[in-house]
Amino acid sequence: MTQPHAAHVTPDSQDAAGAPAGPDGQVGQAGPDQGTTPAHVPPAELRAALATRLGGAARAWLDQALDEAAAHPGTHGPISVWELRLAEAGRRCGPAHADAARVLVLHAAQADTDALTRVYTQGTADERRAVLHALPHLVPGPDALPLVEDALRTNDTRLVAAALGPYAARHLDPHQWRHAVLKCLFTGVPVDSVADLARRARGDDELARMLADYAAERTAADRTVPEDLHRVLALTESGRPASGTADPHGKES
Amino acid sequence: MRIFDPHIHMTSRTTDDYEAMHAAGVRAVVEPSFWLGQPRTSPDSFRDYFDALLGWEPFRAAQYGIAHHCTIALNPKEANDPRCLPVLDELPRYLVKDRVVAVGEIGYDSMTPAEDTALATQLQLAADHGLPALVHTPHRDKLAGLRRTLDAVRESALPTERVLVDHLNETTVKEAKDSGAWLGFSVYPDTKMDEARMVALLREYGPEQVLVNSAADWGRSDPLKTRKVGDLMLAEGFTEDDVDRVLWRNPVAFYGLSGRLELDVASGEATHEGNSILRGGE
Repeated sequence: MTQPHAAHVTPDSQDAAGAPAGPDGQVGQAGPDQGTTPAHVPPAELRAALATRLGGAARAWLDQALDEAAAHPGTHGPISVWELRLAEAGRRCGPAHADAARVLVLHAAQADTDALTRVYTQGTADERRAVLHALPHLVPGPDALPLVEDALRTNDTRLVAAALGPYAARHLDPHQWRHAVLKCLFTGVPVDSVADLARRARGDDELARMLADYAAERTAADRTVPEDLHRVLALTESGRPASGTADPHGKES
Repeated sequence: MRIFDPHIHMTSRTTDDYEAMHAAGVRAVVEPSFWLGQPRTSPDSFRDYFDALLGWEPFRAAQYGIAHHCTIALNPKEANDPRCLPVLDELPRYLVKDRVVAVGEIGYDSMTPAEDTALATQLQLAADHGLPALVHTPHRDKLAGLRRTLDAVRESALPTERVLVDHLNETTVKEAKDSGAWLGFSVYPDTKMDEARMVALLREYGPEQVLVNSAADWGRSDPLKTRKVGDLMLAEGFTEDDVDRVLWRNPVAFYGLSGRLELDVASGEATHEGNSILRGGE
């Protein structure tokens, strides 16, 4: 689950239309093994890419799981069939493909905010990460922000990184977003995990102040300043947001 | 020496312990659900505990190159508190999770009717979910407790070959072995087993289906007891293959009955970018 980054963010590479399923600009439009998370890849592409990587038994399991989820979405009894599939995706598809498989199950079940909240709160860390990755595909508005906020309160860096995908880029308010960026620096989450970083950081004087203070604190303690801090600081200095940006939150600073 | 500690309560231990365990050769653990020292008073605190066993603790373990799994259950002590019993209704949704490799710890503490009911209910849950069971044997009145435990297993839908009876000692090992169950031994600084007695039992009864654990928790205990048993086995003439069998292959075989072991930390839990724990409180 490392997230290597090929190219750094440029404003030009972001999805100007802000389509939920679109690549986010933070990373290239490569497949899951090349640096994107399932949050950045449209479900149809995700399924096609996953199908080429799974073995026969795992692929058959996934096809059946997605068919069942599409046929019986919603809540049925104590545990819906698609929720069982969500739980067992790791051992069925292997840990390397579990995130993508779970996002596809959630998408096939058309899980709404209530359903996503339930499976997040009842989920393992792996299931919670998949819910976070699924948010941009399934929730158009800010209703699911409490899940992002919950993940950002944890110290599990896999959850922190997953929380800062395209959904948070679109909806997280400036104060919480700045603290999330700072938390990445504190906990060693590469800021390349932060979707739409360049656009949201641009011209953010408050973020710049927080970064400078953190650098001063590290220096006073005779500790190194994370390289990522300098990178984000440079982004804040790159001017005000361009007009026509899809996300109004990005302008607040 | 590669070590799988099949019973250790890591939620009670520090990162120093994880570091020392990895240095000693521990690469995999199973953390059974148990009580917390301070009794719980509601199912809610079970839920938070189970969430930690399926979230935070595997993440912590992965930082130190250790694959973490857990077993889920209502423990024998708290089966006696009616305020806690409703958690039984919540167990099925946890028992389907990845990395839940058994129902446990179940069994007897004081051998009450409430414990009878909880044990029977949870042996059935294990059978229903295709999971083996980790069964704690009581500290008080141990031999009688073992017999009652084995009776409960025989009356259940779960084959004895899918049961690990734990905390065995010289007084209970023979009947446990004759039953066909897997044999668990907890090696402690003061109570339960110690290294020398453990090695003596291995010589007398053989290494087949024997699992050795530290059962380390918040009490006086030592998460490196598994390694110390391995060292003493070698010093007393056991082969490296014998040690590997007891400290690795037997726990892999038992918990592998679940079909849910994921021993490759690198491809599984992944240290990801995560070194928040390595950096302490930052």
